[in-house]
Amino acid sequence: MVAPAVELQGITKRFPGVVANKDVTFSVQRGTVHAIVGENGAGKSTLMKILYGVLRADEGTVKVDGQLLALHSPSDAIDAGIGMVFQHFMLADNLTVLENVVLGAEKRHGIGDRARAEIERISADYGLNVHADHLVADLGVGIRQRVEILKVLYRGAKILILDEPTAVLVPQEVDELFDNLRELKSEGLTVIFISHKLDEVLSVADSITVIRRGTTVATVDPKSVTSRQLAELMVGSELPSASTDVSTVTDRPLLAITGLTLAGAGVRDVLHDITLTIHAGEVLGVAGVEGNGQAELVEAIMGMREPTAGRILLADQDISDWHTREIREAGVGYIPEDRHRHALLLDAPLWENTMLGHQTQSPNAKGVWVDAAGAKAGAERILAEYDVRTPSIYVTANSLSGGNQQKLIIGREMSYTPRVLVAAHPTRGVDVGAQAAIWDHIRRARREGLAVLLISADLDELIGLSDTIRVILRGQLSDEFDPDVVTAQDLGAAMTGADQRDPGTVADDLGTRHTEAGPETHGVEEGQ
Amino acid sequence: MKATLDLRRVGLGLLAPVLAILVAFVVTSTVLLLAGDPVVEVWTQLLTVPRPRLVVAIINGASVYYLSAIAVAIGFRMNLFNIGVDGQYRIAAFAAAVFAGQGWLPGPLNIFVSLLIAVVVGAAWAGIAGWLKVTRGVSEVISTIMLNAIATGLVSFLLFRVADSTAGSNVTNTKTIPASSQVPGFALVPGTPNKIYGFILLAALVGVAYWVILNKTRFGYDLRATGRSETAAVASGVNVKRMVLTAMVLSGAAAGLVGMPLLFGQDYSYGTTFQPGLGFAGIAIALLGRNHPVGIAFGALLWSYLDQQSNGLQITVGVSSELVYIIQGVIVLAVVIAYEVVRRAGLRMEQRRVARQLSEEPGSPTPEGATV
Ligand SMILES: Nc1ncnc2c1ncn2[C@@H]1O[C@H](COP(=O)(O)OP(=O)(O)OP(=O)(O)O)[C@@H](O)[C@H]1O
Ligand SMILES: [Mg+2]
Repeated sequence: MVAPAVELQGITKRFPGVVANKDVTFSVQRGTVHAIVGENGAGKSTLMKILYGVLRADEGTVKVDGQLLALHSPSDAIDAGIGMVFQHFMLADNLTVLENVVLGAEKRHGIGDRARAEIERISADYGLNVHADHLVADLGVGIRQRVEILKVLYRGAKILILDEPTAVLVPQEVDELFDNLRELKSEGLTVIFISHKLDEVLSVADSITVIRRGTTVATVDPKSVTSRQLAELMVGSELPSASTDVSTVTDRPLLAITGLTLAGAGVRDVLHDITLTIHAGEVLGVAGVEGNGQAELVEAIMGMREPTAGRILLADQDISDWHTREIREAGVGYIPEDRHRHALLLDAPLWENTMLGHQTQSPNAKGVWVDAAGAKAGAERILAEYDVRTPSIYVTANSLSGGNQQKLIIGREMSYTPRVLVAAHPTRGVDVGAQAAIWDHIRRARREGLAVLLISADLDELIGLSDTIRVILRGQLSDEFDPDVVTAQDLGAAMTGADQRDPGTVADDLGTRHTEAGPETHGVEEGQ
Repeated sequence: MKATLDLRRVGLGLLAPVLAILVAFVVTSTVLLLAGDPVVEVWTQLLTVPRPRLVVAIINGASVYYLSAIAVAIGFRMNLFNIGVDGQYRIAAFAAAVFAGQGWLPGPLNIFVSLLIAVVVGAAWAGIAGWLKVTRGVSEVISTIMLNAIATGLVSFLLFRVADSTAGSNVTNTKTIPASSQVPGFALVPGTPNKIYGFILLAALVGVAYWVILNKTRFGYDLRATGRSETAAVASGVNVKRMVLTAMVLSGAAAGLVGMPLLFGQDYSYGTTFQPGLGFAGIAIALLGRNHPVGIAFGALLWSYLDQQSNGLQITVGVSSELVYIIQGVIVLAVVIAYEVVRRAGLRMEQRRVARQLSEEPGSPTPEGATV
């Protein structure tokens, strides 16, 4: 019998106050796609970092092809044929694909034509469709991910680790990625990947290992389980089912944007003539492939970018040239797309993080003073209410798992009674249980009159949560789609511009949906 | 639990500087050995109990260093490298000395207004660098270095213009401050007539203000947030440009006070012999003290101690007193490394403690330790 490609035996890893992995044991067969699923904070990323030599296990052994390995650093792992793509891409924007790929691996095939030829060969062999001389800055997320994969293959990896590779992708890109994975598999490579999207996992994996609270609870065959059963294995109990909801849209506009334009460096505007209105109790979903202006739209609303033209009204106040702090104090909650860059102080304790963005508000401040006692009590409450798993409010944000960081951010932004919530990918990286909980929180706040601008790559989330959906493409907003009738395929086509000569997919009958809102309020949105 | 944790943290915090000092001890001894100098004698001289006169000098020197290091630390907390404390304190001390020497105002009022002038001049000089950074994106490292050079030139130029013509010697000084505006010292150390600067209180006050503003105010929170992550600070509503300018100005204001204990407690005028180089020592001491007001106090005392104890080296053992620069330099390098080593050791210790705790209570499974 051939030895498994990877064999983990009794892996244990402790962090201060937490046991991230406890006696983890499983093996991965060569030439298969092996998925790892588990709740936020279950210990998946930690386990993969151990396998890649970034972290060292306190106990346990790693075998590759039956050989016992001592992994002290990623270069040991690379020598053993292991490669890893982290959730946050690590490409230098202003370099070409070639430069990015050879960086740190100059010894393999040099930095010139030999390297270029090798890149083109790998790209062709595995159908990655990557070109050596493209500038990374010009590439979309889907291709960037393939560049990351190519980077790993270039270093001779036979075993690929992908940590939440699909979180940032739209459905078409996910399909492409999975085609690539099948290709790799047929060439005899082994893929280990982490995902919270159980349907995807079932469709692509040959075998699934479930991790709960740091230990392996089961390795199952995807053909014999449903995603519900899988979820139950993950959390150890039955999942709450998402409730159906009724429209709570009112006729009170809370956020109204007219003619918002943001000039770009080139000829094309980054945002062009954006006009939208969100009423109290309404969720406006914005779909789009990453990099089409979503981030800029959000930052313009939050006062972090100066629009070239246009007005932004919060209720009836013009906030176009307000400062970020004033906008936040006026009741605009903000869940940024990049949580590490914009939402957390990674080296600061959690209680200083739960006041970030609200440091001028009660209970965190009294006059010019910080109210530490109030802030700590607030932190305890937020962490409890949003089920952030952590030993204490004094640990740093760095030590939370990705999903728990996200839960903290959601909890924080929902806790200061926002009137408007600007949310980019609110459930990115959180497990199914937490996702349902976050959706419930958003629905509850919406019933109480919250207006939400929801930007998401997860079309199911958009369709399930939104009252209205619009698509952003090259800085321009499409007409409205009715989430009750629109399909993921329609949205996907609009997002890639494939529908541009086919306006038929646009729902024209929107006025009929929001009975409370009445047709005249839509006139505002469709005015120009 | 919290209290024991804090004790442990304090212990770990002390470990790093102690390690660094040990490293400095070893490196310096090696240098001495290689140079064929008398190792034991040098250390005996450096480590003898200082005489009362020297104790006073050490404390006085430390109070000046302390102000300088606090000025540097204000910038450090925001990732701003104010290399310009040196220029800022000299130009501020000069301006204050010129004003105070005129004696236009009666006693204490004269002191108070002079302090104000020093603060404003220091702040303004640093503010130039802040303003350049905010409006033109000029790195504060470059601009403060340039401003140091300009300050040196400017002060010598002006000093020549306003120099007290009645002075007989070739030393150039501003007018001597009237006796009524000189700050009396405290005769705290028995066995010597020398006194500790009255303005040691000023240094203490600045230290307390630094701690309170940084840790207890919203402004301090914003400043620290900006230092930790500028992007996150922006998203949280901090006006980073204003923050850069404010931090630079505050750093300069504190720098303006650096020369005051010397001016009002010892020299009573600003001249060509006014103590130079205080700003650069401040950088090293802020590093050594990890920007912490108490840590900086110890760092300042150590620095000043080495300064004073090395003075006798040349006479007693025939080794140049410049040796002390090697010691000070090695300490700073070593301390940066030691802090990292200690941090990792602390993490490992913590992990073992957790493991022990968890194995003692087998009933509760794993990250449930992570309950809320
Ligand atoms: N550097 C660290 N220091 C302290 N604790 C850590 C550190 N990294 C991870 N942890 C803790 O280890 C546990 C497992 O984290 P890990 O990141 O492996 O989770 P995960 O399964 O990847 O979760 P997610 O789905 O949210 O990304 C968590 O409780 C986390 O708080
Ligand atoms: Mg993770």
